[in-house]
Amino acid sequence: MGFVSKVVRDSDAFAKNRADMLALVDEMRALEARPVALSEKRRERMEARGQITPRDRLAQLLDPGMPFLQLHGLAGYCVDTDDPEQSVPGASLVIGIGFISGVRCMIIVDDAGIKAGAMVEMSAAAFLSAQDMALKQNVPFVHLVESAGANLMEYKVEFWANGGKLFRNLARHSAAGLPNIAVLHGPSTAGGAYMPGLADYVVGVKNNGMAALAGAALVHAATGEKANDRDLGGSEMHATTSGLVDYLAEDDAHGIKMARNVMARLDWNKSLPVRRSKEVQPPKYDADEIAGVVPTDYRVPYDVREVVARVVDGSDFEDFKPDYGSATVCLQAAINGIAVGILGNNGPLDPAGANKAAQFIQLCGQADIPLIFLNNITGFMVGTQYEQSGMIKHGAKMIQAVTSVDVPKITLYVGASFGAGNYGMCGYAYDPDFLFAWPNAATGVMGGEQAAGTMELVARAGFKRKEIDPDEAKLAAQKAAITANFTRQENAFYTSGRCIDHGVIDPRDTRRVLGFCLETCLEGRSRTVKPSSYGVHRF
Amino acid sequence: MTFDTLLVANRGEIAARVMRTARSLGLRTVAVFTTVDERAPHVELADEAVWIGEGPIGDSYLNAEKIIAAAQKAGAEVIHPGYGFLSENADFAAAVEAAGLTFIGPDPEAIRLMGDKAVAKRLVIGAGVPCVPGYEGDDQSDAALVAEASKIGFPIMVKAAAGGGGRGMRVVQSADALSEAIALARSEAENAFGSGELILEKAIGDARHIEFQIFADGYGNVIHLGERECSVQRRHQKVIEEAPSPAMTPELRAIMGAVAIEAARAVNYRGAGTVEFLLEPSGAFYFLEMNTRLQVEHPVTEMVTGIDLVALQIAVARGDALPISQEDVTMNGHAIEARLYAEDPANGYLPATGPIDFWQAATGPGVRVDSGIQHGQEVSPFYDAMLAKIIAHGPTRETARARLIKAVHETILLGTVINSRFLADVLQQRDFIAGDATTTFLDRTYPRGFPAYRVTAPDIALAAALLLDADQARARAAAGYVSAEQLGWSSAALPLFAVMLAYGDEEIQTRALARPDGWTVWVEGNAYDVSFIKRSSGKVRARINDNTVDATVHITRDTAQIAIGAERLTFRRLRPGALDAGTIASGRVTAPMPGALVEVAARPGQSVSIGDCLAVLEAMKMQHQITAAVAGVVTSVHVEVGQQLSAGDVMIEIDET
Repeated sequence: MGFVSKVVRDSDAFAKNRADMLALVDEMRALEARPVALSEKRRERMEARGQITPRDRLAQLLDPGMPFLQLHGLAGYCVDTDDPEQSVPGASLVIGIGFISGVRCMIIVDDAGIKAGAMVEMSAAAFLSAQDMALKQNVPFVHLVESAGANLMEYKVEFWANGGKLFRNLARHSAAGLPNIAVLHGPSTAGGAYMPGLADYVVGVKNNGMAALAGAALVHAATGEKANDRDLGGSEMHATTSGLVDYLAEDDAHGIKMARNVMARLDWNKSLPVRRSKEVQPPKYDADEIAGVVPTDYRVPYDVREVVARVVDGSDFEDFKPDYGSATVCLQAAINGIAVGILGNNGPLDPAGANKAAQFIQLCGQADIPLIFLNNITGFMVGTQYEQSGMIKHGAKMIQAVTSVDVPKITLYVGASFGAGNYGMCGYAYDPDFLFAWPNAATGVMGGEQAAGTMELVARAGFKRKEIDPDEAKLAAQKAAITANFTRQENAFYTSGRCIDHGVIDPRDTRRVLGFCLETCLEGRSRTVKPSSYGVHRF
Repeated sequence: MTFDTLLVANRGEIAARVMRTARSLGLRTVAVFTTVDERAPHVELADEAVWIGEGPIGDSYLNAEKIIAAAQKAGAEVIHPGYGFLSENADFAAAVEAAGLTFIGPDPEAIRLMGDKAVAKRLVIGAGVPCVPGYEGDDQSDAALVAEASKIGFPIMVKAAAGGGGRGMRVVQSADALSEAIALARSEAENAFGSGELILEKAIGDARHIEFQIFADGYGNVIHLGERECSVQRRHQKVIEEAPSPAMTPELRAIMGAVAIEAARAVNYRGAGTVEFLLEPSGAFYFLEMNTRLQVEHPVTEMVTGIDLVALQIAVARGDALPISQEDVTMNGHAIEARLYAEDPANGYLPATGPIDFWQAATGPGVRVDSGIQHGQEVSPFYDAMLAKIIAHGPTRETARARLIKAVHETILLGTVINSRFLADVLQQRDFIAGDATTTFLDRTYPRGFPAYRVTAPDIALAAALLLDADQARARAAAGYVSAEQLGWSSAALPLFAVMLAYGDEEIQTRALARPDGWTVWVEGNAYDVSFIKRSSGKVRARINDNTVDATVHITRDTAQIAIGAERLTFRRLRPGALDAGTIASGRVTAPMPGALVEVAARPGQSVSIGDCLAVLEAMKMQHQITAAVAGVVTSVHVEVGQQLSAGDVMIEIDET
């Protein structure tokens, strides 16, 4: 018989949920559009230099019509400025997993239309996250380079210290047997010169492509030599004299064509095992309905099965121990024919729920079944009864299981994800293969009201101890300040700005996002790569 | 007489058509073919095929000796010449007989008589056949021709007596242009037919071209199988033919048919022949010429009479008396034929050549397509540009016409320019629908030539979407695990993909975005949502915004050929970005490695071709020839023998031509 949805499509609740959720999606799309619009302003100037814009480069690099999963689209949101209205997300990078000549690749495009592609505060975090993912998922790495380097006006010593990992990762990537390609569309100076330096394949574009440890200005300052940039590091010089450039391109489009050709020549999928084809049934319930099924306010409960029914093949799943620890939902299902174990929350984690989840995770580990964590968790249950029944040790088992299970893990923040509940449900610190948030998600150590309420009780206890009357105005101000601080930081756009997830997605895309991630994981794990001790040296 | 093996001395649709009947009669068939035609259907259809040359017709299909030798080699006792080539060559017919074989056609003498227009005209006048007032005398002096012309009156036709198929004909409007026309026509006739003999004929303006199919058995039985009308002509090339003629009445048919039979009797005709007339609106008609072969347009007669003309030809050649009499011949319904040419009507009917990437002949009730091509062949410049005949029959002319238009739409060749749109357009002209077309119909209908097709934005959007869809399919085939649901999807807005197309010389910039169910293509600022509802082996049903379009397509990496209705569109994709440097040859010759020059062959001012040795460089005990990468003139030589060079030193410069 299978699951029967109890959602009434033409109810007021459905309409309200949908309107609320779509308003948040619109807000997300508007944020994503900011860097696009800002960068677009440089089109004329770039075209006058014979260049094409960074996003046009991406369009030409990708196989038309193949899927693309954007990563860290909101990186840097509210980091560059506190003003949510003025902040431009993206961290001057366009990042995603897409297909080049049929090869699934991690792609980073420097957004040279914004501050000449200079790295900003969150650029390194987003870059490193993408590199880690590429390494974990066994995908080649392609970087379209045009960056003014680090912004010296915003220099912080830790940027420099951490930034070194970018290059270390390139070396690790090469050593792991994963080719990486850099296309030099514009300057790549100072540390940035090691972008092409550590790439396995370098395409240099004539006239604009340039790589040097120091540009002409710094050379003059350092040694007094009056050099010019083309002799110092022009693609033509590197192609004929230094040997840094492997393929010399006439223009941007030609360079991209060369990168695509290099990728095609890898014959990358030559030994990928053929996946047994299965007939895949789309969900019986329309994925588009998700927006109306889920209240955007996490305080309003709903059955997570209603979400799952709009995500998995045929809306069909097995319910594992439905009547034991019933607030914790463990389901066996498939997405695009790939078997998955799904954990969801219909309430807090209690001892039975934590035990059930830990067992379910271990079962999936035994059968090598990827796990999906649909976070809508306000935390582990508190209270005497729960402490006495061993909430801590049962929660610990779940956290151990999540930490140790060796299967692909994909986490979605679909509502609340608070406190240790976030840890048990494979939050950021548990290094899931992929981690995305819905725009209504709220994450943090706890909700703002609980935090403010807790602090209020502490303050009132203090007043009482000192035997003075509580200063109600001060308490109210403290409560408001704490609530505001928590609320601001629990917002999905804010957390995504800090790169503590991989991005925010439209809830209606959930099935496709999960399908993409699962296929990426499966492909990466099925692939035999040829690691070497040192990677490929540039000769 | 009996025979069991028949050789067809022809190619293309007619060879295939003759073989089909011959095979149905239980005969063994032999094809002759050239290297160019190696993969042609007439070769595959035959029981045996004999190679007779590379490609040029003089050395193959027009070479009587080779064909007779082929017949002897393959044991063929009878030769069917088809039309064109050697079909009206009296010497060939005689040679076939001399070799002890049977020629399917009249006696050589009848061919010779009817082949000379002057002789033929004199002959039929003698038999009481009405002829266009004219001159076909022996006195071929300019003076005689001019004098006769003024007697006849202008406009006047100057024709080569030995000509045919519209060649060697010109219309002269007034007396002052006559001398020049005579001189031109004479030299043309000498070149084309080996005889400069000219005849003059009064140019008949608004007449119809009506021809009668006759059949004679050599035992005195001569019948006609009714008429065909072939008024839709351009420069005397027939485009559309039909039977019966919309202008015909039973009375007129009886009169003209009787006259045609008389013309045939005048030369003791045997076999299939066609007597051509001009019919004036007044009802007056004139003999034009008699063709002593099977006509291209014979299928319309077959479809209205139900008689297989090739079977009848074979029966007569075997010595049978005609199995039917005039009374047995009835005309049932109406048939119209359209000739499919590899040519560009919008570009002065320029003949086209190229591959046959896709070929489909229409089928359906009353539809017949005679063709001699198949997928994978090339349309070569060696042979006639007519590739197929599309014929439709129906109980009424209107039904036949409607079926023919549909059949023109559904007869699809991709790879080479063809005249489908022109044919469909002609069939939909008011005068044609009314049955009012005369021989001036095409000139009057398209006074400035047939207009070129203007591609529409939906066409462009469809082409872009098809190319992108092919890109997507290639990428997916190369990719690992990508389920169908993932295609066309992106978690965030992707930048638009620029697709630059060319249609002819016109460059069209489009931008596109993938969607899970198709593509959105922007053409001139308007968005077109294109999705493919059904796709299978070249057949596409696409939705473009709110319209559904059925198309047949052939897509390669950078070309989209699309057939929609009668349109045959070819789009090319122009890829952004420069060409690979390796493909750009330079006239600047540099030393490829360090070494000593042992020889300098190039001299300033010298012309060089690609690959010419310019100098020899010795390095590491090996002598390296330095060759020209471009053709041109050497402008400077910077080096001399014995000189030690470093890699990259400029040695020689060539100004590329």
